[in-house]
Amino acid sequence: MFDFDKIPHINEVSACHGAYDENNIAEKSLVSFAERQQESKKVLPSIEEAIKRVGLKDGMTISFHHHFRNGDYVVNMVMDVIAKMGFKHLTLAASSLTDCHWPLIDHIKNGVIDHIETSGLRGKLGDAVSHGLMDFPVIFRSHGGRAAAIETGELHIDVAFLGAPSCDPYGNANGYNRDSEEGSCCGSLGYAKLDALYADKCIIITDHLVSFPNTPFGIPESQVDYVVKVDNIGDPNGIMSGATRYTKNPKELLIAKYATEAIVASGYFKNNFSMQMGSGGASLAVARYLREKMIEQDIKCRFALGGITGQIVQMHEEGLVRKILDVQSFDLIAANSVKNNRFHQQIDASYYASYVNKGAAVNQLDFVILSALEVDTDFNVNVMTGSDGVIRGAVGGHPDTAAGASMTVVVCPLLRGRIPTICTKVNTICTPGKTVDVVVTDQGMAVNPARPELKERFIAAGLPVTTIEKLRDRAERIVGTPEPIKYTDKIVGVLMYRDNSVIDVIRQVAD
Amino acid sequence: MSRLRRSMLFVPGNNPGMIRDAHIYGSDSIMFDLEDSVAITEKDAARFLVYKALTQLRYGSKELVVRINDLSSGLGVADLEAIVRARPDVIRLPKTDSAKDVIECEREIERIEREAGIPVGSTGMMAAIESANGVLNAKEIAFSSKRLIGIALGAEDYVTDLKTTRSPEGIELMFARGMIVNAAKAAGIMALDTVYSDVNNEEGFIAEATMIRKMGFDGKSVINPRQIAPLHAVFTPSEKDLMKAHAIMEAIAEANARGSGVASLKGKMIDKPVVARAQYLLEMAERAKTITVEEV
Repeated sequence: MFDFDKIPHINEVSACHGAYDENNIAEKSLVSFAERQQESKKVLPSIEEAIKRVGLKDGMTISFHHHFRNGDYVVNMVMDVIAKMGFKHLTLAASSLTDCHWPLIDHIKNGVIDHIETSGLRGKLGDAVSHGLMDFPVIFRSHGGRAAAIETGELHIDVAFLGAPSCDPYGNANGYNRDSEEGSCCGSLGYAKLDALYADKCIIITDHLVSFPNTPFGIPESQVDYVVKVDNIGDPNGIMSGATRYTKNPKELLIAKYATEAIVASGYFKNNFSMQMGSGGASLAVARYLREKMIEQDIKCRFALGGITGQIVQMHEEGLVRKILDVQSFDLIAANSVKNNRFHQQIDASYYASYVNKGAAVNQLDFVILSALEVDTDFNVNVMTGSDGVIRGAVGGHPDTAAGASMTVVVCPLLRGRIPTICTKVNTICTPGKTVDVVVTDQGMAVNPARPELKERFIAAGLPVTTIEKLRDRAERIVGTPEPIKYTDKIVGVLMYRDNSVIDVIRQVAD
Repeated sequence: MSRLRRSMLFVPGNNPGMIRDAHIYGSDSIMFDLEDSVAITEKDAARFLVYKALTQLRYGSKELVVRINDLSSGLGVADLEAIVRARPDVIRLPKTDSAKDVIECEREIERIEREAGIPVGSTGMMAAIESANGVLNAKEIAFSSKRLIGIALGAEDYVTDLKTTRSPEGIELMFARGMIVNAAKAAGIMALDTVYSDVNNEEGFIAEATMIRKMGFDGKSVINPRQIAPLHAVFTPSEKDLMKAHAIMEAIAEANARGSGVASLKGKMIDKPVVARAQYLLEMAERAKTITVEEV
């Protein structure tokens, strides 16, 4: 029997205590809901004020998301304020960085940023890093690897600066705006969600401050410290193009046709299958061809995962794809679908691909279609460094989905200009060959020897199956073997696998 | 039966990327062009590039055709000097107005074959008819040389000559197509149709391909690889046609066993021409089975 008398201070209990004690200063608000919103203490007049309030210090780690892609204003806007305020030696941990983030070069040179963690680098910034801009190498993590690093504490975020197309005065933020059709729209806030959850301090930067409650929300107010309204968080044209366009490139169409036939013959193409498709030309064409096969054979997809395109949405609205799990919306149709379709669910990066949580969606994939800059004869894939050794890509969810899916299909042309795509050893290993099952090129396909049953099925289906070595030989016979890239000893980038072990390093290119 | 020529893919002779990959799309023939798709300032470069491609790249079992400039342009002989030595399957002569054009070209080819030690007669030819005069001379052109594997219609120059334009229905080409297909068949060679230039209109392309197949053409030139699959679909016998052809062959075999040359199938008479058509259809289907990607 529980002894109530032993509860400490049980005799002192009264109706008026704690925060609402008669002597306490806390008061119940009597103003109307509309007025109260005007007074929200979370809404601050400027980014500078928010930075002061969260107590940013030299040497801290700040984070950003890349849902605004090449239209993003937030990273550069925040970094300019931080630089002006005189902070130094920060670690910038973005879910990814693109061409538009080249102004970071000056912040690195001036000592504002010492270290970068990201999924990828492109353009001038990638070029500068490859030429030795930074003293400490950039850490590249996959989307799942970053999520895992955040969850395990390997990547600790002090302050997250998260752009959001809509937010209410209490911090309920989302990737679209339900109150108006105007302004920016990015659909899912998948990468930002995890930063908001784990960062010590979280600041939402929005261009549309809407009335409470901004439901449904991607990020809840319980995770948000401050909200700053700015005029523009990004260029809508850079954030989202209308619909991702069908390719008319005959070579991409040919690769897509082979990949589709391989899927159909693989044994995984049956009712209630699951899939992920990329946004590259050939991947999009696979979705189009697969749609025709699904209609022909009356086969439905249980769920489509990943970066979501308008084509997947179209298939969803036609009843071909029952559910969509969306960590990142690739085009405006996908973004609007998050808003309008009940079974188009936004998911965070951990749910998508982390290996340390209680279950990631990538592990439920039947097949994934991925692209590649290079594939070697061990099936290792490079999506990071170009033929000149310069960083010009992003790991993304490549290694996560490759490891999770039952069949990983890499699509790429045999040659790009004078450069063979199939080679003896890739410049940079991003995805290990043991997780890659099929490589489809315009001049035939190769199956990983670990999957003899797939090879058998493809041959039975009359597909142009050859070996990876023969593909390499054919490529090299036409364009020759490129001279090795000249590097210095300095390491400028470290590639982490999805379990955050080092899988490869990138060295500085020699001038 | 000679080889299938359902599709002949046009490849500009000065485009290395397209020359390198021309065989991957599955066309029956590849036609490297030195003529109208190559600017006058690029003629030498294209000739050199196509020569190199023919001698150094592998295209598997594809039929390799090179369209040279016509001899009166002053470029044709130089084209032949290089290309014949590279041993293509076929030289395509453009703007053929009369048998004389073919004979003159053949004379040059023969001379080069002798000089280069190439078996005389091993280089095939085809003639493209592209003028009102050429259409009227279709018969003499078709019979003008043993090297000819076929004659083709070049519609763009032809409609210009007629002072009209091309229409979706192709009414302006009816006479030329009729003349060419008839002349070709009379000479026992192939009739090959002109290009369909609106690459984004697949429906129109299929309608035209269906019509020319019905007329008796053996194939068609294509300017974009995307046109190859729908074209082959038109020229590939349907399951229904094949079943009927098999039934015809069985019926005639049975009749032959009885010592008769005529059989009856579902109330219809089966005689020699019906059997010949069925046989042609079955052969075509067999050849069409060849995998499009081969180890090259």
